[in-house]
Amino acid sequence: MRIGVPKEIHDAEHRVATTPEVVKQLTKLGFSVAVETGAGAAAKFNDDAYREAGAEVVSDTRELWAQSDIVLKVRAPEDHPELGVHESELLREGGNLISFIWPAQNPELMDKLAARRATVLAMDSVPRISRAQKMDALSSMANIAGYRAVVEAAHHFGRFFTGQITAAGKVPPAKVMIIGAGVAGLAAIGAAGSMGAIVRAFDTRPEVKEQVESMDAEFLELDFKEEGGGAGGYAKEMSKEFIDAEMALFREQAKDVDIIITTALIPGKPAPKLILADMVESMRNGSVIVDLAAEQGGNCELTEPGQVVVKNGVTIIGHTDLPSRLPTQSSQLYATNLRHLLTDLTPEKDGNIVVDMEDEAIRGATVIKEGEVTWPPPPPKLSMQPPKPAPASQAAAEPVVEAKKPSPWFTLAFMAVGVIAILALGSVAPAAFMSHFIVFVLAIFVGYQVIWSVTPALHTPLMSVTNAISGIIIIGALLQIGAPRGIVVFLAAVSVLIATVNVAGGFLVTQRMLKMFRK
Amino acid sequence: MPAGVVAASYIVASILFILSLGGLSHQESARRGNIYGIVGMTIAIVATITSEQVSGLGLIIPMMVIGAIAGFFVAAKVQMTDMPQLVAMLHSFVGLAAVLVGFANYMDPTSHFEGVEKTIHEVEIYLGVFIGAITFTGSVIAFGKLQAVIKSAPLILPARHWLNLAAGLVCIWLGVLFVGAESIGAGLIPLIIMTLIAFAFGVHMVMAIGGADMPVVISMLNSYSGWAAAATGFMLSNDLLIVTGALVGSSGAILSYIMCRAMNRRFLAVIMGGFGTEGGTAAAAADETGEVTAMSAEETADLLTAAKEVIIVPGYGMAVAHAQHVVSELTQKLRSAGVNVRYGIHPVAGRMPGHMNVLLAEAKVPYDIVLEMDEINDDFPNTDVAMVIGANDIVNPSAQEDPNSPIAGMPVLEVWKSGTAVVLKRSMATGYAGVDNPLFYRENTRMLFGDAKDSIEAVVKALG
Repeated sequence: MRIGVPKEIHDAEHRVATTPEVVKQLTKLGFSVAVETGAGAAAKFNDDAYREAGAEVVSDTRELWAQSDIVLKVRAPEDHPELGVHESELLREGGNLISFIWPAQNPELMDKLAARRATVLAMDSVPRISRAQKMDALSSMANIAGYRAVVEAAHHFGRFFTGQITAAGKVPPAKVMIIGAGVAGLAAIGAAGSMGAIVRAFDTRPEVKEQVESMDAEFLELDFKEEGGGAGGYAKEMSKEFIDAEMALFREQAKDVDIIITTALIPGKPAPKLILADMVESMRNGSVIVDLAAEQGGNCELTEPGQVVVKNGVTIIGHTDLPSRLPTQSSQLYATNLRHLLTDLTPEKDGNIVVDMEDEAIRGATVIKEGEVTWPPPPPKLSMQPPKPAPASQAAAEPVVEAKKPSPWFTLAFMAVGVIAILALGSVAPAAFMSHFIVFVLAIFVGYQVIWSVTPALHTPLMSVTNAISGIIIIGALLQIGAPRGIVVFLAAVSVLIATVNVAGGFLVTQRMLKMFRK
Repeated sequence: MPAGVVAASYIVASILFILSLGGLSHQESARRGNIYGIVGMTIAIVATITSEQVSGLGLIIPMMVIGAIAGFFVAAKVQMTDMPQLVAMLHSFVGLAAVLVGFANYMDPTSHFEGVEKTIHEVEIYLGVFIGAITFTGSVIAFGKLQAVIKSAPLILPARHWLNLAAGLVCIWLGVLFVGAESIGAGLIPLIIMTLIAFAFGVHMVMAIGGADMPVVISMLNSYSGWAAAATGFMLSNDLLIVTGALVGSSGAILSYIMCRAMNRRFLAVIMGGFGTEGGTAAAAADETGEVTAMSAEETADLLTAAKEVIIVPGYGMAVAHAQHVVSELTQKLRSAGVNVRYGIHPVAGRMPGHMNVLLAEAKVPYDIVLEMDEINDDFPNTDVAMVIGANDIVNPSAQEDPNSPIAGMPVLEVWKSGTAVVLKRSMATGYAGVDNPLFYRENTRMLFGDAKDSIEAVVKALG
């Protein structure tokens, strides 16, 4: 099949849906690739590079669309300013389109594409399951947006990010607060942290705390318990009490930090307003807010989508095209996401795509199949909730232990036999023996209780000290050394000698060892 | 000293011994515990010597002085890597003393018993000598094996279980003869023969047990030496000996139990002989061979500097190579570079319970970063580098994954769950259990071949 990659027509869109590198790999999958003249120019890929990689470069836009079985795009189809037609009409009847679509926001577009009897895969609808991560364009774009947000902030911020002590004086490090620790938030944490700033992050989902801390940022917490994790690893809307507590935290932080980067989004809803006008007012002159949610209305009340505005000395950046501002990088990652999706679509590697609706990832992405709207897909089965605390190793180890435990009846029977044996012994043994026997049994129990509390680290000293005190056998020898018979005296004397070695050696070596244990 | 005061001193001594063992529950109270033990022992000996029952001070004092000097000398000289040998040697002394005291008591013309009391007394002597004799030769053989004078591989005689059974029956028959004997002279013969059989029994028992089962053997002999002392106490009607013997006996028994549990083996199975004897086993894991990835000391150093969390898992190989001091140096360097280094100790690592802890303590590794298996095992997934030094079976994943493995079910340190497992090993030989270790073929495992001490020295050098 033939893949066509038109030039993006959206204003200031610099990305392109494929790169020369990816063209080579698509060719290996059995596809032929055509690219519109100048499609990659804004992303710094020239036509010759595409030609070298084996793509055909087509100058006529209509021809490119008409001849392609599969069209790869970045932005959703829209009215073509030069040709005066809507892009969906350029698509071949029954053709395939893979791009961002945003079906929830664009019902008209969906109707138009359905009318063309097209099959449409929306990159924004790829489900968030681990297997589909390689084609998750939202994540790869969010990653770029997070990074670029920090670069934009640094550009508008009048100071260093890192703290320095210079000959000309001390420079305090910038303080950055990041709201929302999703892919974009984490990328921003990483970028700001590596520039030397003090980074704090907030998220309604407590399970991301570990990720935030693993990047050496501080995780801001509320004194309030509510789980913010919704289905599919996205955040959900929170209760009023929670939002009040959250606001109080932001209000307090706003006075302290220099830069705020907000990335809070709730799927299918306008972005929550988290930074209110009074908070902006309380920020220091020269502070910067980067609002990554600008396209969905913004997390900051004063954000103007697509604009950079200065309010009360605070620069508020509302760019909605952050990924496009790193066009080479974002094109590379987006093209690779597309390539992964196409690899999954062509199991035979023969250049023919198969839209397998049983495959969870492909099913999720497919919003129109042969003219029939298949969006929204059934909810994803796997949510990115924290794993259940049941490690396999424990499960594997337990049955073994279980099997070895004797039944309570066995224990009872065993005890009964023991009692009978002791009674039988008591019936024949003299009283003097039994009194010693009591001492013996009690001492065993005392030993049992005491020894279990010994820490395993001290097992060697335990052995050497018990060794030393078992030298108490010297008393037996001492009691006999005065006997009126030569051989007895000799045996006793030898016993005294070796038992003393034991006592002296055992205690000394224990002391030596214990001295070494230190914190 | 009147008898009442002596008895009172014995009570004090007993309490001090119990406190002494109780003190070992924590490192901070342990030294005080040892002092209690010393004081208790001193009180007991002084009370006994000054009691009216004891005479012959002229002989006692030189004997004790010589013994004490010898003991101090050995204890001050011994290397920490040789602790298992020392402990085994000291066990043998207790065993021998129990045998000698038993004989002396039997031949002592001043003791007179009649009727049931006489029978019980003789049974006590017989038992004391029997246990003492097994402890004596068993410990001597254990000493030999640990000192590598005797080969550590298990020696399996044909029909050994029958041999043991026959020896046991003969001992019981000799016991009947002994108790029924008319005179001391007549009783002495079965007693001597039984002693010889018990000596042979002790040799045979420990010879059949291999190197890595030594922790169990040592704890077991520890227990026996206690029971021998307790039997002697019964023989002499001395409660202090009984109490002390029982304490030591149960201590050793618990240690043996802990060691057996740590290897997921039954006590009897260990005593009855080494691995691979109860069925065809060693071939099971042989097909899981693959590529091992070797690594240089410099690369190891880079890996360690880049890590945040490191867990070191030492084994007997570290003791053999005397590597504990360089390991400690490595630890200090990494810790001062901000790497969180901890140790994971398997209960049966080394040749006696707590062996690794003592070695690390000797090398001045702070004890609060030396953790037990159960404390640290859940932390491996969050660990960047797990460094295995001279250990094999205790880090073998097939214990969890392969139900046919001879070590299946044995608790192991889950080093393979860490980011990278670095295994220091002399060569690709199998461990004591003779089981191939799939850990070496894992994707995240790197092998650092060579003598543990030299390898770590090179790593420390590369760290700069």
